[in-house]
Amino acid sequence: MRACSEPSAGWGRAIGVMPAVRPAFLLCLALAIALPGCRRKSAHSITLAGSTSVQPFAELLAEEYMKHHRDLEVNVQGGGSSAGIKAVSSCICNIGMSSRALTEKEQNLTQTVLAHDAIVLIANARNPVAGMNLDQARLVFSGRIRNWQELGGPDLDITVVTREDGSGTRASFEEAVMTPRPGPDGRKFEPVPFARDALVQDSNGAVREIVAGDEAAIGYISFGLVDERVRALVLNGVQPSVKTIRSGKYPVVRNFLLLTLGAADSCSAQFLKYALSRPAQGLLAGEGLIPVE
Amino acid sequence: MMRASKRSGPPAELKTASPLAESKTASPLAESKTASPLAESKTASPLAEKLVEKGLLLVAFSSVAMLFVIAFFIFREGVPLVARVGVWKFISSVDWSPSKGRFGVLPMIVGSLEVTILAVLFGGALGLACSMFLAEFAPKWSVRILKPLIELLAGIPSVVYGFIGVVVLVPWIRSVFGGPGFSVLASAIILGIMILPTVIAISLDAFNAVPSLYKEGSLALGATRWQTLYRVMVPAARSGLIAGLILGMGRAVGETMAVIMVAGNALTMPTSLLQPVRTLTSNIALEMGYASGDHQAALFATGMVLFVIIAILNTMALLAVRKRR
Repeated sequence: MRACSEPSAGWGRAIGVMPAVRPAFLLCLALAIALPGCRRKSAHSITLAGSTSVQPFAELLAEEYMKHHRDLEVNVQGGGSSAGIKAVSSCICNIGMSSRALTEKEQNLTQTVLAHDAIVLIANARNPVAGMNLDQARLVFSGRIRNWQELGGPDLDITVVTREDGSGTRASFEEAVMTPRPGPDGRKFEPVPFARDALVQDSNGAVREIVAGDEAAIGYISFGLVDERVRALVLNGVQPSVKTIRSGKYPVVRNFLLLTLGAADSCSAQFLKYALSRPAQGLLAGEGLIPVE
Repeated sequence: MMRASKRSGPPAELKTASPLAESKTASPLAESKTASPLAESKTASPLAEKLVEKGLLLVAFSSVAMLFVIAFFIFREGVPLVARVGVWKFISSVDWSPSKGRFGVLPMIVGSLEVTILAVLFGGALGLACSMFLAEFAPKWSVRILKPLIELLAGIPSVVYGFIGVVVLVPWIRSVFGGPGFSVLASAIILGIMILPTVIAISLDAFNAVPSLYKEGSLALGATRWQTLYRVMVPAARSGLIAGLILGMGRAVGETMAVIMVAGNALTMPTSLLQPVRTLTSNIALEMGYASGDHQAALFATGMVLFVIIAILNTMALLAVRKRR
């Protein structure tokens, strides 16, 4: 928190960063500055902001934590991974939440892995195709495999469903699936663009809804959100499950990160410690995340 | 404000101390009391009159000021990016991947226009037919039932339209016509229904505003009701009908929630009615959650394009109405 001697410097920038069309969120941020403030360590209140993928889990932990520690108030806000990273860098919140890896420019933040989350390919429950490998998945999502027949399924045009540009889930998927692995000479590749006619939805839930209703659809969502109406596809011969994800066999795993600027202040450190404790990790596992060791 | 407090103030103050039941029985008394200040206010001081006048003026201007504030912020955020990318490139490139620095909104402009025009064709035809019926053929009692029901359509939240679209319309299109179902067609039908109340209300007013002399003259010359309607009434009400269509168009261009839910939001140039499409408004709402930096500026720039399109539509509506006078 030493870097916070000039909170006003980051204020304007961060406000510019937030979607102006979400006044409620802005108001919360404004309150977050006005009330706990970075410099007022005596106020026993911390704010988490960022990824909407992490948000529900963080809310759960905050609720549970406040049951046992009445002296500390934990506020959780959404806004998206990028917004969360910006917010914690400019001292608007105490802990940022991110569902994507930090870029080189963002390495100044201290990161704590909260849990692992797999991104799984989902298809309609009636679709007989069991799975595919990473290369096939890339061809499907970039629009070069267009019919389920090519994957051993029925003669149906594939409806590709993806997430909107900027989403953490999409960024992780792009990195793990859409980017070809480096060649033998170590040459790195750019991610392949998604098919232009892919449907775009703005949440895991919306993607799942479409796949649940359309026999020809394929999408990708968080492993914890798979339900009986959709089927998680086998990827590279590995059936996604808690076991395969934890052992590292399943290929598309991302980390949910909690971020602080420099060393965490005492209140934040307490919460971080709780989040990594056995009961907290047990709660997350119950919600479908893969706990850290 | 001042007058209101004069009228209701004193009786209300008297009541506050007394329990509720008592205040009910006392209400006739309160009403009789209110009558006298009302009468007084007819001879109210010119000062109060001035204050009310100026107050209303201030409120009226503040709503206009709001428009300028909104426009200012949209343009302040959006202009630098468009200037950097280049206006022409921004509106003519088909490649939109803001996180990779590629900003082209052409598919969305085309998508917005395509969906809107189809919605106006669909909703306009239905709406004009409906208002013709209500204005000329419907018996009085049915107008009394139908008109409020149509106005009720306007009160249904757009998310409900979208939900019905997703649950009913999209699967229907998918099974009947094929394709993903999320499509230009689905959006146009939903939007067409959503603009009905606007189109009907304004065109009905336009028909009613035609002097009855025209109609009576035509009927007296031996024209049938239908001949009178399309030879006399429609031309006489033309500018009002056009205004209704254009306002409906404005609503269709601006609608977001329902479209996001049924359009599929893909970034293609829509070449078929069954293809998914992304409109300008959907683009903003869809991506704002995670946007930052240039990406966010690009969304504001999308808003600029929308602003210009809507300004053009409104100007057209104004001109159409003015022609009538």
